[in-house]
Order: sequence, then structure tokens, then C-alpha cells
Amino acid sequence: MDALDAIFVTLKHLVVGWFPALLQPWVSALISIGAILAIFPLLFGLTTVLERKALARIQNRPGPNRVGPAGFLQFVADGIKSLTKEDIVPRAADRVVHFLAPLVVVIPPLLSFAVLPVGRNMVALDLRETGLLFFLMVGTAVELGVFMAGWSSHNKYSLLGAMRALAQLLSYELPLLLSTVPVVMLTGSLSLVGIVEKQSAVHGGFLMGWNLFTPWGAAGAVLFFIAAIAEANRSPFDLPEAESEIVAGYFTEYSGFKFALFFLGEYLGLFAVSGLGITLFLGGWLPPFSFLAWIPSWLWFLCKLAGLMVVFIWLRGTLPRLRMDQLMRFAWQFLLPMALVNLLVAGLWHFTSPWPVALRWLLGVAILAVPYLMFNRAFERRHPQRTYRYVS
Amino acid sequence: MTLPFALLAGLVLGGALAAVTCRERVHAGLFLALSLVGLALVFLRLDAEFIGFVQILVYVGAVAVLIVFAILLTRGAENPRERLGNSPGFGILLAVAVFALLAWALTSASFPKASETAAALTVRGVGDRLMREYVLPLQAIGLLLTAALIGAAVIALPAPTNPATPPTNHDPE
Repeated sequence: MDALDAIFVTLKHLVVGWFPALLQPWVSALISIGAILAIFPLLFGLTTVLERKALARIQNRPGPNRVGPAGFLQFVADGIKSLTKEDIVPRAADRVVHFLAPLVVVIPPLLSFAVLPVGRNMVALDLRETGLLFFLMVGTAVELGVFMAGWSSHNKYSLLGAMRALAQLLSYELPLLLSTVPVVMLTGSLSLVGIVEKQSAVHGGFLMGWNLFTPWGAAGAVLFFIAAIAEANRSPFDLPEAESEIVAGYFTEYSGFKFALFFLGEYLGLFAVSGLGITLFLGGWLPPFSFLAWIPSWLWFLCKLAGLMVVFIWLRGTLPRLRMDQLMRFAWQFLLPMALVNLLVAGLWHFTSPWPVALRWLLGVAILAVPYLMFNRAFERRHPQRTYRYVS
Repeated sequence: MTLPFALLAGLVLGGALAAVTCRERVHAGLFLALSLVGLALVFLRLDAEFIGFVQILVYVGAVAVLIVFAILLTRGAENPRERLGNSPGFGILLAVAVFALLAWALTSASFPKASETAAALTVRGVGDRLMREYVLPLQAIGLLLTAALIGAAVIALPAPTNPATPPTNHDPE
């Protein structure tokens, strides 16, 4: 089973071994880059088909079912179509910025895959000192790309979309960053590989030590994934591109392959941030139970990613879009304070390590529950139950 | 001066020059972001990973975005037709004075040469220093930023309504 687990690593070493020693670091880097460039865009294609089919099921219609087996080659047809479409740039647009924006949106998520450990010993670039920081830094660069797209189009809807996107991305970045801090505090390392390895302890003979299985980890994961959906501009936080309000938001004036690039960048960003969530809270490439360790590590990572995608598609199909003020209030008045409370819980968890586990859990849950219930009550006081006059 | 350093210096200086000479304000903001990225790359070439990444995270990810956001919100995106300042001499004088002060401070400061055996400064080391030796300056900066934040919130608050006027039907909630 170890051979299967390390199959990609072994293959890479084999190929690298064919080249003279001088070229080997270059070949090794090129293979890693090639793998990232091949796998994640392919995953993007498959996810779009899956998403369209799942949304169709939720809306009681068949969805794409013509191209390939059960419609699963639809993404190839879509890709070819977008390549052959005319590339229209508005006359008033700022041509250079308009051209650069899709690139600024697509390249950062691709860079971030480099530090993501997708399996045992399977990470393109292990930044031992600053892995997590690199990831977060790369994520922030997307904001500028979104702004460039919206502003350079010289279109009111684009500009509105860009403004919404900037306000949303800036607001949700804070809870996203703060919900990752407890993991760094408890792991004592910014290295993503180190964070995964720290979660490999086995509790009670079978349960793995995922960060999810601690009070701060569970709360942190919920906060992180809410903020992650907002950062990825996905429904119910898809105000920047709300099609029923502002056409397509910041990429209204893009056509053909540039439009496809925005789509690609969005999904790659979603994969990247989900991968980070898996690494931080869901044990990375580790199995949930130690007796399942015979399944290869990369398959675990892929399964978790696929599972998260299904959850995100499900959310998109079933939740209505938020209003702008609700969005802002949610970030600043709920997520941010809860993330700060979670820091306290993580600190207490660290300092009460000699205590019995049940007591530590009770303490953590109590500290998290009290502010949560208070926020809940304040919200209900401000927004009493709606009454409908004409609907029973 | 090596070639990579020359390229990066060109990027930083070119970006900064373009940022101050550009007529279009949004372009100026984007050039500033470019210049800041160049600066981060200079840090990375000096093996200062932490500072380099934080530079991009804070300055490109937050400050540059806030600058362009502010330009849009203040209707500054419409290009000014008239000349920017009516007394360029004063601005130039100020810029030269600031530059001279910084140059004097940098040239007169003594940088202890790192010995060969000195341990590389890790993120853990930076945190340790911040929390022990420099905890007071850190707290002072935190206080300053909090004060700025509260000030911004106070400015953004709606003006107190005059009690004489009847309340409108429209409820913002």
C-alpha cells in the first residue's frame, strides 16, 4: 500500500533520474508546475459539469446530458466554444488594465497550489517558515484583479460589481485570517506540511487528531469556511456578480476566453481556499480514523476536496443571496467577534492541557456558546419574526 | 550591483515615478501597487521571506486596495483637468526635505554586520522579540490604530438628527 501511496512521488523521482544532475532541480520544478497546471484546471472543468448537474437536480430539470457520457464532457465543448468566440473590448475601456485583469485573477490561485500539501511528501514548495503566510498573501492579490476588471470596463454595472467585491473581500479577509490564527498558535508553525503532520496523533486508539475535533478547531472551521465562501464570491455571498441585479458584475464587459478565465480563476480560488481549510482543520491528507490509513493519502485529499465542493454546490442551490448591509453586518458584527472569542478558546485549550478532556471541551464550548447566544438574541430583538399579511 | 537587483530597483523606482506622474489617479494607485510588489521582491532576494510576504499581504492586499477604493468613493476617478497643485515649489521642497531626513537617518545609522554564526531570524524569533523586548512599542502602535479606527467610525456615523424635525417613515434597518 505504501507503493500506491507514494506512486506519484516515485514516478517523479524516476523521471527526474533520467536527466543529468545539473538539470534535475529544473526538471523537478517543471514536473510539479505541469502537474498543478494540468490537474486543477481539469478539476475545474469537472466541477462545472457537476455543479450544473447538481443545480439542475435541485431545480428539478435534467441539466447538461448531451456531450460525452451523461454529459460529463460538457466542459470540453464549453472550452472550445469560449476559445472561438469573438473577444470584444469596449471602446471606452482602458485596454491595458482590461487585458491584465483576467491574468491577475487567475495567476494567484495557481501560485497558491504550490505550497498546498496534497499528499504525503507531495508538495511542490515546502516553505517551512512562511507557508501559510505565502498562501494568504497570494489570496489577497486577487482583490486588485477584480478591481482592475470592474474599473477598466467603464461600465456602471462593472464598477458596482467591483465596489461590492472590494468591500466584501476586505471585510471577509479579516475573519478568514483570524480563524487561521488558532491553528498556528496550537501548532507553533506556519508550515502547511508541519500543520498536517501535527494532526497525525491518534486519540483513543482510532480517532485522528484533526483540528476539527477540538472546540476551537470546530468553531474555527465553521468561521473559516463561511469566510472562504465569501472570499470565493460564491452564493450566498455572490453579490459582486449577482446576475439578477448587476448583469455579471465586474466581468460584465468580458467575452470569449477572458470570460472563461474569470470563471477559471474563481473556481481555482475556491479549490485553493478549500484546500487550505482541509489542511488547517480537516487533517490535510490524513484519514479520519487510523484504521483507514491504507487508503492513499492523495486520494484522501481529493475526496475531502470533492466533498467540500458538493457542500458548496448544495449551498449555492439552496440559499438565497444576502443583501449588502446584511453581508457587512454579518462579517463585522458576528464573524469577527466570534473569531476573536475563538482565539481565547484556543489559548485556554493550550494552557489547560493537563486537565481531563471532557472538562476542557465543556470550558471551550461554554466560552463559545455564550457570545453566540448573545449575538443571536440581539439579532432576534432587532429583527422580529416577519408577519405576512396576504400569505397564511 | 547585480542584474536581478538592478531589475528590481528599476521596477520599484519606475513604479514609484509612474505613480507620482500619472494623470489618471487609478493608474497611479495601480503603479504604486506595482512598486510595492517590487519592494517585496527585493526583500525576498535578501532571504527575508517573512517581511516580503507581509509586505504584499499588507501593502498590496490591503493598503493599495484601500487606496483605489478611496479614489472611487471620493469621485476622484474623474480625471482632473486643472493642474494638481498651485504651488509645486512647496511640494518639491517638502519632498526634498523628507528625502534628506530619511537619507540622513539611514546614512548615520550604524548597521551591525551580521556575523557568520548568527542564527537566521525566524518567524518565531520575530514574534518572541515583539512580545518581549518590543511589547511596549507594539502596544502603542495598536492603541494608535484603534484610535484611528474609532475616529473613522465616528466620522462615518450618521449625523445626529435634529429633534425638532419629525422622524421619517424610512427606516434604514
